[in-house]
Amino acid sequence: MLDRAFVCAQCTARLTRRPIWSKALPFSARRLSSNAAVNRPARVAIVGSGPAGFYAAARLLSKNDDAVVDMYEKLPVPFGLARYGVAPDHPEVKNCEEKFTEVASSPRFNFVGNVDLGNELPLSTLKPHYDAILFSYGASKDKELGIPGEQSTRSVHSARAFVGWYNGLPEHRDLEPDLTSGEDAVVIGQGNVALDVARILLSDVDALRSTDIADYALEKLSKSTIKRVRVVGRRGPLQASFTIKEVRELLQLPSVSFDPIAKDVFPPESVINGLPRAQKRLMQLIAKGSANDPQTSTKSWSLDFLLSPESLHWSPIHPYHLTHAKFSRNELDPSGPFSPSSKVTPKHLSNGKPAMVNLPASVFFRSVGYKSLPLPGLEDLGIHFDSQRGVIANDGFGRIKSLSGAGEPQKLPDGSILTHLPGLYCAGWVKRGPTGVIASTMTDAFTTADTMLQDLASHGTSGSLMHAPQDSSGLGWDGVKPEAERLGLRPTSWQDWQRIDAAERERGQQKGKVRDKFGRVDEMLQVL
Amino acid sequence: MALWREFGLQLRRALPRTSAGEMCLAQSRRYVSHSATPWGTGEVANTYRRGLGLYKGVQTPSQGWKSAQRSFSVSAQAAHGHLTPPKPGEEINVTFIDKDGSEVKLQVAEGDNLLDIAQANDLEMEGACGGSCACSTCHVIIDEPDMFDKMEEPSDDENDMLDLAFGLTETSRLGCQVLMNKDLDGLVVRLPTMTRNLQASDFEQK
Repeated sequence: MLDRAFVCAQCTARLTRRPIWSKALPFSARRLSSNAAVNRPARVAIVGSGPAGFYAAARLLSKNDDAVVDMYEKLPVPFGLARYGVAPDHPEVKNCEEKFTEVASSPRFNFVGNVDLGNELPLSTLKPHYDAILFSYGASKDKELGIPGEQSTRSVHSARAFVGWYNGLPEHRDLEPDLTSGEDAVVIGQGNVALDVARILLSDVDALRSTDIADYALEKLSKSTIKRVRVVGRRGPLQASFTIKEVRELLQLPSVSFDPIAKDVFPPESVINGLPRAQKRLMQLIAKGSANDPQTSTKSWSLDFLLSPESLHWSPIHPYHLTHAKFSRNELDPSGPFSPSSKVTPKHLSNGKPAMVNLPASVFFRSVGYKSLPLPGLEDLGIHFDSQRGVIANDGFGRIKSLSGAGEPQKLPDGSILTHLPGLYCAGWVKRGPTGVIASTMTDAFTTADTMLQDLASHGTSGSLMHAPQDSSGLGWDGVKPEAERLGLRPTSWQDWQRIDAAERERGQQKGKVRDKFGRVDEMLQVL
Repeated sequence: MALWREFGLQLRRALPRTSAGEMCLAQSRRYVSHSATPWGTGEVANTYRRGLGLYKGVQTPSQGWKSAQRSFSVSAQAAHGHLTPPKPGEEINVTFIDKDGSEVKLQVAEGDNLLDIAQANDLEMEGACGGSCACSTCHVIIDEPDMFDKMEEPSDDENDMLDLAFGLTETSRLGCQVLMNKDLDGLVVRLPTMTRNLQASDFEQK
C-alpha cells in the first residue's frame, strides 16, 4: 500500500544506484552529481507539493544523478494550487500536473501526503535526516481589509475561500457563499483571483458542468441570483494587477456586458500609445470593451477604480441581508495621473469632507492578495519569517538567510557576505511573495533548485554552502517515519494518490465531468 | 491502452530520461562545436537525436488516450511529444541556440511545432500547459526578423501569453504556436535565458 514511500534505506540505495551505462558520464554531469566526499545520495525534503515544489523537484532529479527527494504535503493529495487554485474552466493550465506526475514516477521521488508539518509532525524531526530542506508551502491565508463588518461570515467572503470552495478544497468545504440574497456582487481587489471570482459568478453554469468544479458549488451556482459584478480597485487602471487573458475571457462571456470605464479615470490614447507592450495591449482591450449589448445581456460586470472600502452595511429590517458597501473616493496624483507608479490620495469635497460613495452589494468578496504564514517550528531551525513581506528571509536565490549572529558568514565569489542557514532553502510564493503565474513560479523554483545543485556539488568541501554531510543521517523519510508512526499519523504515498485520482476520475465519468473531487479528507482516505 | 501506458512507464524507469538525455546532449554538442563542417555535424547529431525521439514516440499512445478522455478541452496536448519523421527530400532545417549559446541543428517535418521539436530532442524548453497556448514557458526568440515576418501573425491569445514572457523581444513567439513549413527552412530560434540577471552559476566556487 505504502510501498513507495516506505522504502528502507538499503532499498533506496539499491534503487538509486546509477545504471551501468551511465558510468561514462561527461565531465559536466559528474560535477553536478553528489560529491564523492559524501558516500551516499543527497537526501532532500521538499515541504509543499504545489508547482514550486514540483518544478524544483524536477530540476533536482534531472540535474543530479542520485539525489533522493521526499515531498511532504499537508493534504493526502498533491499539486497545491494547480489543483485547488487554478479555475476549473482553465483545464489547460492544469496540464502542468502531467509533468509533475512524470517527476513523481522517478524511483528517487517519494510523496509523503497527509502529514501537516509543523502541526502534526514537528519540523525538528526532519532536520537530522536531510542534507537539504526546501520550503515551498506557498501562501495559506489571504490579506484582510480591516474594515467594519469584514469579519461577518454572512454574505462576506474571502475570495481565497470562495476559490477553494468551488475547487473542492476540504478546508472550505463548508463555506456557504450567499449567492441568493440579491443581484449585486462586489469584489474588492483587481488581480486575477478577483477576475476568477467574477468569471465564475457570471459564467453560464452549463459551461462549467464538464469541468472539475465541485458538485456542491455547481448546485449552488445554478441557483445564484447574481446579475452584476463590480470589481473594485483602490487605484487606477494602470495600477491594476490582473493580466490580459483573464480580462479578455470576461469580455467574451456570452450574454454578459461590460460597463465602459469613466473617461476621467482612464488614460487617454496618447498615454496608452506610449506604454510598454503588455500594458498597452491591456488598456486597448479594456477601452474596446465588450461587444455584448447591455440591453440584451442578462448579466453585467464593471471595473471600478479609485475606491477604498470603508464599511459594510446590512438591512435594518433583515439584519442578515447585506445591502451595500461604503467607499471613500481616491484621486491619482495630479502631477502625473497616468504614470504607472502614480500615488493615490483620498479625494475631498469642496467643504473639506472626504468624498464617499455607496455601491449596492448583496455579497462581498475581498481579494486583495494572498499571504504566507510562518510554519510552526521555523524558529526552531533558526529561520526568520519576514512578517512584513510575508516571506521567508532569503538571498533571492533561495538560500534561507539567518538572523544576524546565527550561522557562519560566507563570502560569495562576487564579494558579498551572506549569513545563511546551511541546507535550508525556499521557493515559490513563500520565497518571493504571492504574485505571478505558473511560469514565474517555475523559473523561481528552477533558480532555487540550481542554487541547491551548486551547493550540493560542493557538499563536503570547505566553503560549501551546504552543511557538513555528517550533520545529517541522510536517511530522509526512512529516518522520519518511525516518529510519524509513533504519533499515529497516516501518510499517503504516490500510489495512494493514484488510487484517489482514479476514484475521482471514475466518479467524474459517471457525471460527465473530467473529475469529481472528494471534498473531505476522510472521503479521500476511505478509498485507500 | 493500459498495457501501452504500463510499457511506457516501465521503459521510462529503465531508462531515466534525464541523465540519459544530458549525457547524449553533452556529447553531441561537443561534436557540433568541434566540427569544421556544420552541415555534416547537423546530420550526425540529427541521427543520434532521432534515436531519442523514438523513445519519446513510445509514450504517444498513452498520451493520446489521455487527451481523448479530456474532450472538454479545446486544445489539451493533442499530439504533444509526437513527431512525424520528415520524408526524404522534404526535411526542413531548424537550428536551436540553447541558453548557453550552443547550437543544435535539426531536420524536421512540415507541421511540427517548435515545442514538440525541442522536447523530443531534449532541449531545455518547458511546456507547462502542454502546448495549449495557456502559459509562456515555451517562449522562443526568432533570430532573424525576416523569418519572423514569414510566419503567420500571432493570435490574440498567443500575444496575451507573450505579454507575460520574460525577456520579450520584437521577434518573440510561443514555441507551441509555430508550425514548421517549407518557407521556414533554415529557421534559427534562440531559447531565452530566464528571469534574473544573475544565474546561480555566478555563485560557483572558484
